[in-house]
Amino acid sequence: MSILITPETKILIQGITGDFGGRHAKLSLDYGTKVVAGVTPGKGGQFFEHGTHKVPIFNSVAEAAKATGATVSAVFVPPPFAADAILEGVDAGLDLVVAITEGIPVKDMVRVKRAMQGKPTRLVGPNCPGLVTPGTGKDSFGGCRIGIAPGYIHKKGHVGVVSRSGTLTYEAVFQLTSKNIGQTTCVGIGGDPVNGTSHLDVIKLFNADPETHGIILIGEIGGNAEVEAARWIKANCKKPVAGFIAGATAPAGRRMGHAGAIVGGAEDTAAAKIAVFKECGIEVAATPSDMADALLRAAKAKGVTLS
Amino acid sequence: MNIHEYQAKALFEKFGVPVPKGAAARTPEEMTTALAQLPEGPTMVKSQIHAGGRGKGTFTDGFKGGVKFCKTKADAREIAGKMLGNTLVTIQTGPAGRKVQTIYFTVASDIKKEYYLAILLDRATSRPVIVASTEGGVEIEKVAHDTPEKIHKVFVDPAYGIADFQVRDLISRLGFTGAEAKNAAKLIRQLYACYWETDAAMIEVNPLITTPTGEVLALDAKVSFDDNALFRHPEIVALRDLNEEDPKEIEASKFSLSYIALDGNIACLVNGAGLAMSTMDIIKHYGGSPANFLDVGGGASKDQVVAAFKIILGDANVKGIFVNIFGGIMDCNVIATGIVQAVKEVGLKLPLVVRLEGNNVAAGKATLNSSGLKLVSGDTMADAAQKIVKLVAA
Repeated sequence: MSILITPETKILIQGITGDFGGRHAKLSLDYGTKVVAGVTPGKGGQFFEHGTHKVPIFNSVAEAAKATGATVSAVFVPPPFAADAILEGVDAGLDLVVAITEGIPVKDMVRVKRAMQGKPTRLVGPNCPGLVTPGTGKDSFGGCRIGIAPGYIHKKGHVGVVSRSGTLTYEAVFQLTSKNIGQTTCVGIGGDPVNGTSHLDVIKLFNADPETHGIILIGEIGGNAEVEAARWIKANCKKPVAGFIAGATAPAGRRMGHAGAIVGGAEDTAAAKIAVFKECGIEVAATPSDMADALLRAAKAKGVTLS
Repeated sequence: MNIHEYQAKALFEKFGVPVPKGAAARTPEEMTTALAQLPEGPTMVKSQIHAGGRGKGTFTDGFKGGVKFCKTKADAREIAGKMLGNTLVTIQTGPAGRKVQTIYFTVASDIKKEYYLAILLDRATSRPVIVASTEGGVEIEKVAHDTPEKIHKVFVDPAYGIADFQVRDLISRLGFTGAEAKNAAKLIRQLYACYWETDAAMIEVNPLITTPTGEVLALDAKVSFDDNALFRHPEIVALRDLNEEDPKEIEASKFSLSYIALDGNIACLVNGAGLAMSTMDIIKHYGGSPANFLDVGGGASKDQVVAAFKIILGDANVKGIFVNIFGGIMDCNVIATGIVQAVKEVGLKLPLVVRLEGNNVAAGKATLNSSGLKLVSGDTMADAAQKIVKLVAA
């Protein structure tokens, strides 16, 4: 199994007629992902065509979900309209909304999170690369790719990866695949201070997934989400976990690209988070080149086979 | 985005938050006009720069104190003359300091007691939080550490806004009574409205004061805004002071590059914020020192790469460059071609180590190798980082 999405998951793309959404819709179709619908208000009835694929476009998420059975949405809508797009997916009762959009105002996300309270829909992101559950074909073809991650670097297997950063996730996945270690699901939760799914939420899912034998947890400076996840791991997770925290050299008070990557106090520095990781039995990668090796060390220590 | 104290106070007034009467000046002539608007008597002279610790700062010519109390307006005029155009070094400016280009004069208030009040995002609950303390005018981090019971927090439900009972509770915890309580309650509500309606990232008032006559005033004001929300606040964007920003960072933002200058000598050019941060980290890990954070974003076009090289080379401290690209979707060969063109265009003479990985990487490496450029290829991040550190040290 995998978490959150499987190769059978039917997805719709909000903003499929935009440059960004369209480009990645094509890449997901090429990967073999079941992209069954697009949503662009005012363009209902048209089709998104790519090779032999002809994806119907709807005016609303509710219509698209009803007509196609899509249960997951990828949001590629520009920042001023992204919060509304997320809420539309929530209102349509989707299982999962993945917000790729970068640059959504914090206040909009504060309101979205409040509006989602008590609703069954899960949000991943925003400002995230999305999720990949690799398939069994060549270069992991046939999997479910939601978002902007390169599909071909993956390999189906038994490691779960969760990260705030896109390129660091790819780095970890690439190292794993190069060592012939596959992944169950890779989840980019995004680099914003207010997001839908936390490190801990994903760790709990990986812990409960029998197919996931080991976990790579990638974090950054800012906030205490990594610390919260680490403490839970110490108390509840028997699987080997490797961790990496980016931003050890970042000066306090400066925003490092991601809106969430900013050191506010003593508790959210890289050094503080790494100390907690060690205390919680997480094998810390000394450098980003060491992420897969760190997991191999952790697995060996626990006598767990990853591949 | 940050704004000056005088701009923050003007914004406060727009939302009905009481502040001491004041006026700003950018030239000696404006000083005279500004002071004419204030009543005769004790006056504060405040240097306007985007950095804290102004009061305890020292100007590069030896004059001490970027915030001064003066008994008369004439004294204030004289002191302001020493500050304007002078460079102030504080604990937050770094040794180079900041040139003071605006002076803010305010009526010196009669202070009964100082408090602390701030509004910001609480990441754990994804809600705005109001933080207040009876210990104002001092470093709040120290109060939080030594006497956490003196820090009071109110979490605001964004669906309802701040509730009356929450304000009453906070007022009572801070020990306000009578007219002070009424005025403080009003101020808290108005400050929250200011925070919410302007998409502020943080509002900090330290100190908030009471006066012997029962007034409650924001004596200082530090306000920053959520950059992601600036598109809907042209009135806030108009307050941006480019003099307070690094010219290289301004240039970078024109090309959608995220650049932050640091103290080291190895420049980095990376795609993705997380990878860019960890590229700085790995340089440090192998004994080097990063000169900057530079994220060219997921899409790194040739124009962006050229602009990035020019910005990097504008930093005289740079002794070598480390390009670290994980081309996930992007074709590595396109990126390699961009690097080659950029290097030729800027006539690079410094050591350059390039680590390319991902889509079509073999073609990308071939392009770099056949370019005739003197660059070193790295296989992994670790390998490349060690190479650039060694080259720069040599």
